[in-house]
Amino acid sequence: MDNNSTPLIQVKNLSKSFGTNLILNDISMDINKGEKVVVIGPSGSGKSTFLRCLNLLETPTGGDILFGDANLTDPKTNINLHRQNMGMVFQQFNLFNNKTVLQNIMLAPMTIYGKNAKKSGKSKKQYEEECREKAMSLLKRIGLEDKADVYPSTLSGGQKQRIAIVRALAMEPDVMLFDEPTSALDPEMVGEVLDLMKELAEEGMTMVVVTHEMGFAKEVADRVVFMCDGIIAEEGAPNEFFSNPKNPRLAQFLQKVL
Amino acid sequence: MEVLRDFFIKLWERFDRSFLEQDRWKMYFEGLGNTLIIALIATIIGTTIGVIFAMIKYVNKRTGRLNILNKIANVYITIIRGTPVVLQLMILYFIVFSGWDNGILIGAITFGLNSGAYVAEIARAGFESVDDGQMEAGRSLGMSTAQTMFHIIIPQAIRNCLPPLFNEFITLVKETAIVGYVGIMDLGKIPGLIQSRTFDYLFPLLIAAILYLVVVMILTKILHIIEKHFSKSDRRNGGK
Repeated sequence: MDNNSTPLIQVKNLSKSFGTNLILNDISMDINKGEKVVVIGPSGSGKSTFLRCLNLLETPTGGDILFGDANLTDPKTNINLHRQNMGMVFQQFNLFNNKTVLQNIMLAPMTIYGKNAKKSGKSKKQYEEECREKAMSLLKRIGLEDKADVYPSTLSGGQKQRIAIVRALAMEPDVMLFDEPTSALDPEMVGEVLDLMKELAEEGMTMVVVTHEMGFAKEVADRVVFMCDGIIAEEGAPNEFFSNPKNPRLAQFLQKVL
Repeated sequence: MEVLRDFFIKLWERFDRSFLEQDRWKMYFEGLGNTLIIALIATIIGTTIGVIFAMIKYVNKRTGRLNILNKIANVYITIIRGTPVVLQLMILYFIVFSGWDNGILIGAITFGLNSGAYVAEIARAGFESVDDGQMEAGRSLGMSTAQTMFHIIIPQAIRNCLPPLFNEFITLVKETAIVGYVGIMDLGKIPGLIQSRTFDYLFPLLIAAILYLVVVMILTKILHIIEKHFSKSDRRNGGK
């Protein structure tokens, strides 16, 4: 297979219901390597559920999700292995409260790859040192290296979210999933988080972003997706999408938020 | 003056008979030693059972796995909490372990099994007070449920349930006095034993009460220090 033409993520006929309540109704979507997909829509439209189905934080009730060669919805698939390549950023940051900032970033690489360190001829100490250096350089990148040894409870929302982003980056994922990353932030902190996300986008990271930030969608997205009542009501390149919406629900929605 | 002097001399004689005569003070401390051994072993058994059951219930609620174990835990907790501990003691002492002559160990096992059911509920509340996002964050990074439990959930759950857990330990120290019911020589049993020889209850009861009080006060102090240590990631203690 030609890697360039095969989408990184293929969503096929995805459905999800909670009890009798159908949240996602037969959704199909391809996400190519390097593509930035921004998902918008009114609350309750299923956009967060859609994102959380991509790494199986929610278990789909129907359909398939292919990530590279793996079918994530197959119960035999080791989901942990694939989640290592899918970073996720949450609305509520979800930094580990009992760990310092540095420990937050180092924990997953240490826990998951630490035991393989010996096979590659490194001692555990050496590997830990590598992890620490990498974590510190990530912190430098966001200008928070002086916060390495503090606990998350002392940080502002914007700092927490930027640390949550680099925590996910420490696993060197192939795709980053953002679940309303700026919705819980004070207005003056939204900018610093969006700037970091724009940087990632420029570096070519594959991104799926659920957000209410229309400015970000216009500027960064390769494709904007409007979800409504559990289906994809409209999708397209941002220019056409925002200036000439075809779906009346989308037109109505844009009128309210723009 | 005379009357007061006589009163104190009599009092001293009663104290002397209850505490010093025939080295009776040794009995109190042996009893205290047994009480502490029973409480310590019971705490270890109880915490182990409680935390395991609480983890089973937590994982079952989050993932739907471990269904059978969850049912077993529920039945266990219902039975233990629904019957008097003195009956549980008698059942273990006279029936289950009737062949053993190590009463202290039987007492410790009884209270361990009993405390396990209460610790399970305390620890379950501790686990539930940990934000769901913590588990999701761990899993989203590719760590397994077990790894996330070990590094993230359990440390936070323990910190959150320390005050009620310590309350349970302190209750346990005093509650074990029930083992005297089947003739185990703990601190609570000693006053009766000494009274049967001196026909005087005043000082034996007073001394035993003071010993319990001192132990509980020391324990409270120690547990307070531990609690402070665990709260270091709270906002007010921010830095390191």
